[in-house]
Amino acid sequence: MTTVSQPGIKDTTQELARWARLLRYDTLRMISNAASGHPGGCMSMAEILTCLYFHEMKVDPQQPDWLDRDRFILSKGHCAPILYAALARKGYFPVDELRNLRKIGSFLHGHPDISTPGVDMTSGCLGQGLSAAVGMAMAGRIDRRDYRAFVVIGDGEMNEGQLWESAASASHFRLDRIIVVLDFNALQFDGTVHEVSNPGDVRGRWKSLGWNVLEIDGHDIPQILDALRQADECRGRPTIVVAHTIKGKGVPFMEGDYLWHSLMDNDLLTSFVKEMHDELQRDPDGFDADRLW
Amino acid sequence: MSCSATRTASMRTAYGEALVEVGRTNPNVVVLDADLSKATKTSLFAEAFPDRFFNIGIAEQNMTTVAAGLATCGKIPFATSLAVFSTMRACEQVRTSVALTNLNVKIVGFYGGLCTAENGPTHQCIADLGVMRPLPNMTVLAPADAPSCKACVRWAVEHPGPVYLRGLRDGEPVLYDETGPADVSRIQIHREGNDGAILVNGFMLHLALEAADRLAARKIHITVADVITIKPIDQKTLLEIAGNVPCVLSVEEHNVLGGMGSAVAEVLAQKHPLPMRIMGVPDVFSNSGKHSLLLEAAGLTTEKIVENAVELLAAT
Repeated sequence: MTTVSQPGIKDTTQELARWARLLRYDTLRMISNAASGHPGGCMSMAEILTCLYFHEMKVDPQQPDWLDRDRFILSKGHCAPILYAALARKGYFPVDELRNLRKIGSFLHGHPDISTPGVDMTSGCLGQGLSAAVGMAMAGRIDRRDYRAFVVIGDGEMNEGQLWESAASASHFRLDRIIVVLDFNALQFDGTVHEVSNPGDVRGRWKSLGWNVLEIDGHDIPQILDALRQADECRGRPTIVVAHTIKGKGVPFMEGDYLWHSLMDNDLLTSFVKEMHDELQRDPDGFDADRLW
Repeated sequence: MSCSATRTASMRTAYGEALVEVGRTNPNVVVLDADLSKATKTSLFAEAFPDRFFNIGIAEQNMTTVAAGLATCGKIPFATSLAVFSTMRACEQVRTSVALTNLNVKIVGFYGGLCTAENGPTHQCIADLGVMRPLPNMTVLAPADAPSCKACVRWAVEHPGPVYLRGLRDGEPVLYDETGPADVSRIQIHREGNDGAILVNGFMLHLALEAADRLAARKIHITVADVITIKPIDQKTLLEIAGNVPCVLSVEEHNVLGGMGSAVAEVLAQKHPLPMRIMGVPDVFSNSGKHSLLLEAAGLTTEKIVENAVELLAAT
């Protein structure tokens, strides 16, 4: 585990924790509205995505196609709602659009689509995101641009052969502008990762392919920020941050229950969303009512 | 445009040369291969532009999505392998990363049809056109010879969006002049006659031309047209041809299901129904052996084309 104690990071941490809380709310509200979706894996990556979009990544919502922007690929594309929440809160499109998740005519598809403002690559057919990042990093090298390509992968994706093809390529071509975060919540659709398919020595598998491997608590914001800084400084090889997380984190009835990979009980979720809404409104450290929906 | 076959040329070499040519004029052209660069002749591009060539290794699924990633950044990638792997091993990646995204990726597969002959049915590919055709946004090209293959490469660079280019091998009779067809998206008419029409593509073109000569000797004058672009098919020319003949025969080195013949039939059945026969590889896997013998076993010979044409004419 990476340990961090950086002076001055406390304010940043508190601010990012508030963003993460808001993204969780937006996400659950969207899924409850749509009456379908994948809440468990969204909750486990809330701090990771918050740190990327609200701290680490060089992006400009006013210029979604800016050539020098950092790229982001949500390889575990079923967690699209939390990506949409982050994009809306960053200003890529109005927060109001979040009401239209999975609705016909909206650009907020069930899985990320490259046509959505701020989405750099279509994803959700698992195991493909890192390959796209390899292509983006190769293009950056040809064009002598120093943007980075961030990829969030799920642990279940390690079942896919293509992921390992792309892991070998990223290392073979020494694509050090690729930074992968593994949302290691240890649960997939049908059960634990160990029940479904042996993940082996995860750290060792990436290390043996030549990756810089970091391991953190994926809900600890200072640890995430520190790992992203270390990844940025690493030269000559790509980095993977193995982030240990809890599926459903922040929602008591969801935490650690693989059945909440997908929406299990919308009545239960909807009443939780109402409670969360009221709490956020009451929270003295919270958000203006008009930032909620 | 059309010239009679007095020589043969390698389509693979033509492809490699065409890549170097477009690579010279367009710095965005990049080429990927899956450990077959010496077979597909992408090695020629690799020598000329080492910084824009990526050998991905034997990982076609990865190669396809890597190409898509490059295309998101403005590159024009040619992801090259054998037809069977480009379109079938990586089928879902082609669908999701390339067709659904509508990115400017060119998927290239050599040894289309039976021409990898002795390597047997594992490496032959009689389903690529049928697999690629129903993917929205995908353009499907199947040239007959070296000059038309080069023309397809040049066309693909100039036309943004996903393209599947089916390549063959070596020794294809040269049927176009050096510059190839001016516009590969149009059906190319090689012979004109009103007794019937053969719509053909790929390696079958020279057989159809031979068949037309034999039929002409029997006072049967038929149109022979090369359907290089199977999707979107050139409906205008197709319907013009159909309007001038009583029947149509299609001939291709592909499964009789789902390929060029199907594409032609889809148009004619709805817009200009007329008697038609589809010649191709019967819906069975082939064998290992000489290309000419495999074609013979599949019924894809000049004699069989003549026979089918005569039968079809007699019935109409």
